[in-house]
Parts: sequence; structure tokens; C-alpha cells
Amino acid sequence: MEGNIADGMKYLGAGLATIGAIGGAIGVGNIFGSFLDGALRNPSAAPAQTGNLFVGAALAEALGLFSIVLGFVILFAAP
Amino acid sequence: MADGAIDPIHQFEVTTYQALDLGGWDISFTNAAAYLLLASGLVIAFFSLASRSAMVPGRLQSLGEISYEFIANMIRSTAGEDGLKYFPFVFTLFFFILAANLIGMFPYAFTTTSHIIVTGVLAMTVFTLVTLIGIFKNGFGWLKLFAPSGIPWPIYILLVPIEIISYFARPLTLAFRLFANMLAGHIMLKLIVSFAALMATFGLVGWVGTTLTVTMAVAITALEFLVAFLQAYVFAILTCVYLSDALHPGH
Repeated sequence: MEGNIADGMKYLGAGLATIGAIGGAIGVGNIFGSFLDGALRNPSAAPAQTGNLFVGAALAEALGLFSIVLGFVILFAAP
Repeated sequence: MADGAIDPIHQFEVTTYQALDLGGWDISFTNAAAYLLLASGLVIAFFSLASRSAMVPGRLQSLGEISYEFIANMIRSTAGEDGLKYFPFVFTLFFFILAANLIGMFPYAFTTTSHIIVTGVLAMTVFTLVTLIGIFKNGFGWLKLFAPSGIPWPIYILLVPIEIISYFARPLTLAFRLFANMLAGHIMLKLIVSFAALMATFGLVGWVGTTLTVTMAVAITALEFLVAFLQAYVFAILTCVYLSDALHPGH
């Protein structure tokens, strides 16, 4: 085998860090699913909630993205 | 990275156009500074062109009026009527971030908002302003923000530290959200396009793969335009939410 163990561990760590994106995916899916659930029950109230929808989605999505960025930091920015 | 390898980080490199030095401080004119100036210049140019007050608005003026109404409605619905005093701040913030994000979507352009120092300064500005407004408007009453009313008192022992931590995490999450979205989006685009170019060298199978990947890249570019708008929107609406907290603590 070529290369050193530290490099391999780096890639492994970056891969493991991105597992956190699952949480963001569940969160965003949950938000949009619940929104559609509610919107189809009462379509007239839906347009007023799109602002909340996107804020909620962005808040949940950011947490998933943190883990992606962590992966990038391990890959490219770590010493 | 090795020669010929895909290097998705390269696009974020800050290069110096003109080295400048001010008493030991490095204030070189870099591509980041140039694109920040371009973003603010574009916003100023657009609104000085769009803010003519003709009786029958043209296309540009309509766009200007729509954007005014958009931000004004956003503030009204989240921070209430008294939040409209801070309209210029939110308006500038939204359009500056939007311009910076959209400029970054051009090929070979530099995305200023994918640098945490830029988003960090924006977030710290919002945080400092909101904290000062809260303290000056409400005095000690501002502290009610950390102790919501209407709950039994033993809960406060647990809740107050959580509220304080979440308050001070605000600039961090605000900065990180914009930074992470722009960074991840641009790296993803670069990786997919590089993969398409790589596939093209594999003969007939490669051409099919390239076609599929390029189609996907187009779709993701469209998604990135949505993200560019959405992140500016989220940054602005969160600023409104924080403003609302500062204006009416204890709700």
C-alpha cells in the first residue's frame, strides 16, 4: 500500500463528517412534508406561511451544511 | 493538489491585485475587495436608475418598487410597524448579499459571500446593532428576552442559560449559514462540471455520461440561483426576527 496513514485517516474523517448531512436531509424533508400536509388541508392559509417555510428549511439545511463544510475543512484546510 | 487533479477549492483563492500597506496593516486591493465594490456598486447603480419617480413606472422603476414593497412587507410581517424605522438597514443588507451571491454565479467570478470573514462581519454588524437597539429601547427590560413569561419558575434554571447561549450563537449561525451554503454550492458545481469533463475522455460511454452530468449541472446551476436568492432572503428575514426580539422582548 502506498501513501501514509494520516492521509487515509483524513479522507476517512471527511467522509464520516458528511454523515451529519442525513440530519439536515431529515429536517428539510420533514418541514416541506409538514407544510404540504397543512397546505393541502387549508390551501387558503398556505401563502402566508411560505416565509416561515423557507426560514425553517434554511435553518434545518444549515445544520446539514455545517457537517459538509466540516468535511471540506478536514480535506482542504486542516494542516 | 497533484497535477491534473480536480481542485474545487482554487476558485476561493484571494489574489492580490495591488499590494498596499498602512502602518503595518495589510490593506492590499484583492479580488475580494474588487468584487465587494462591484456588488455595492451594482446595487447603487440599479437603485439610482430605478428610483426615478415617473407617474407611469417603466420596467426598471417597477422592479425597484416591487423590491421596496417586498422588503417592507417582510419587515411589517415579522417585526411589526415600528420595525419599519430600520427599513434602510435591512434593505441594504438584502440587496448587498443578493448582488454578491448573484455575481458569484458568473463563471470565473469570485464569490465574496463564500468567505466566512465577509459573512462574519455582516452577521456581527446585525448582532451588535440588534443588541444595542434592544438595550437602548428597553433598558433592563431587554433582559426579559432571556426569560420568556408564562412558565413555572423552576424551568427558568434550565431555560435562561439555553436562551443566553442561543442568543450568542446567533451571529455564528447567521454567518455560517450563508458561508456554508455558498461554499458548498460552488464546490458542488465545480466537482460536477469537472466530472463531466473527465467523463468525456472515456469514449462513447463517456459521452453519454457527460451528457447526463452536464444536464445535471444545468439543473444544479438553476438550484444555485434559487439558493443565492433564498440565502439573502433568509439573512434579511432573520435580521427582522432579531429586530423584532430587540423591539419587543418578553414576547
